Amino acid sequence: MRRSLPVIVSGLLLGLFGVLGAGLVGLSHQGTAERIARNEREALLEQLERLVPADQIDNDMLGDVIEVSAPGALGAATTRVYRGRRGSQPVAAVLSPVVTQGYSGPIQLIVAVRADGRLSGVRVLGHRETPGLGDKIEIERSDWILGFTGKSLLDPPASGWRVRRDGGAFDQFTGATVTPRAVVRGVRASLEYFADHRSHLFGIEQAQGENGND
Amino acid sequence: MTDGYRKIALDGLWHNNQALVALLGLCPLLAVSNTLINGLGLGLATTMVLTLSNASVSIIRNWVRPEIRLPVFVLIIASFVTTVELVMNAYFHGLYKVLGIFIPLIVTNCAIIGRAEAFASRNSLPRALVDGLSIGIGFTLALVVLGGSRELIGQGTLFDGAHLMFGEAARDWRWSINDEYPGILLAILPPGAFMGLGIMIALKNIIDRRLSRQKPAAAPRGEPVTI
Repeated sequence: MRRSLPVIVSGLLLGLFGVLGAGLVGLSHQGTAERIARNEREALLEQLERLVPADQIDNDMLGDVIEVSAPGALGAATTRVYRGRRGSQPVAAVLSPVVTQGYSGPIQLIVAVRADGRLSGVRVLGHRETPGLGDKIEIERSDWILGFTGKSLLDPPASGWRVRRDGGAFDQFTGATVTPRAVVRGVRASLEYFADHRSHLFGIEQAQGENGND
Repeated sequence: MTDGYRKIALDGLWHNNQALVALLGLCPLLAVSNTLINGLGLGLATTMVLTLSNASVSIIRNWVRPEIRLPVFVLIIASFVTTVELVMNAYFHGLYKVLGIFIPLIVTNCAIIGRAEAFASRNSLPRALVDGLSIGIGFTLALVVLGGSRELIGQGTLFDGAHLMFGEAARDWRWSINDEYPGILLAILPPGAFMGLGIMIALKNIIDRRLSRQKPAAAPRGEPVTI
């Protein structure tokens, strides 16, 4: 009994420090959680508004969201779809994330499609492509990603949804073809998914969906 | 007494610089030093953790039994790192997103547990504080110099992304050689980090040798490091 005393004291001390450490983390979590949640919300809203201008819609896109699961088309286990509306009319759907296989890992995209099937914009959320080559898909590094804005499944036609080297309409980068090819593939897959599930994505009946299609 | 602090500070900043002499904390050092601002951000976060952990280890140094000393140090460091991570996420959200997984990795920075064990657990609180601060600043300087050189050579800019840390007003701090600069990819890729660090260590050794030649009586601190 006497010999085990130091062990018990040590154990208790260790436990005490564990509790203190957990307490510190708990306190700082409590102090920052609200602000962190607000940061994330703001960052997301800013991202969404860059793709779907706030003056085109009158609803809260952050609140008008559904989750869909289409790993085959969209690459991710679940993808969130934020819906922008004006009055009762659907304006745009923002799919996030859409995952496509790049040169050195998955590339996560956020794809905004207008109700008429044209792209409102595409951005890269995350990737691990080669710095200086493949990272030109980032808006901070080049305007390439803006080339998608306004495109649809009919413009360019199906045969054009490739990079130029493969006979398509989209530029590749010098020294990096795999990355843009992957992004084009991901965007095209999202457009096709949108075309097939348009009514479901906007949460409207088929008949209404036809009417709303201007 | 002041002399003692002076020595602690000089050791942390130069003679025992954790990045250039002790070669500790290389994982974050090499991974995050691709721009000046990234280096500065991680350096400051590391300094904060180092100072806090050194202080707490020094305060409890007489209570903690030797056999549980290391787990206790790890607990302390991990708690502070998580706290710093949460605070950064709350107040420097942009920078937090850039530094990403490297903030939790501060826990594994051997420099921190190294100082806790080698210095803070044997010294008074003020001395441990000075040590943590100067070791941290020394590490930050190494990160900033390496990050700055890699950014300059690799993409021809300095202070890129300063707004993530200092707010929108700092967006104009970005300085670039000119817009035509093609960039040297090697400097940004991981091999560039190793080469840059190697050059920095070599430069430090050259400077130390010059200094010791000028003052032959000085302690032979500047001998090349053998690993």
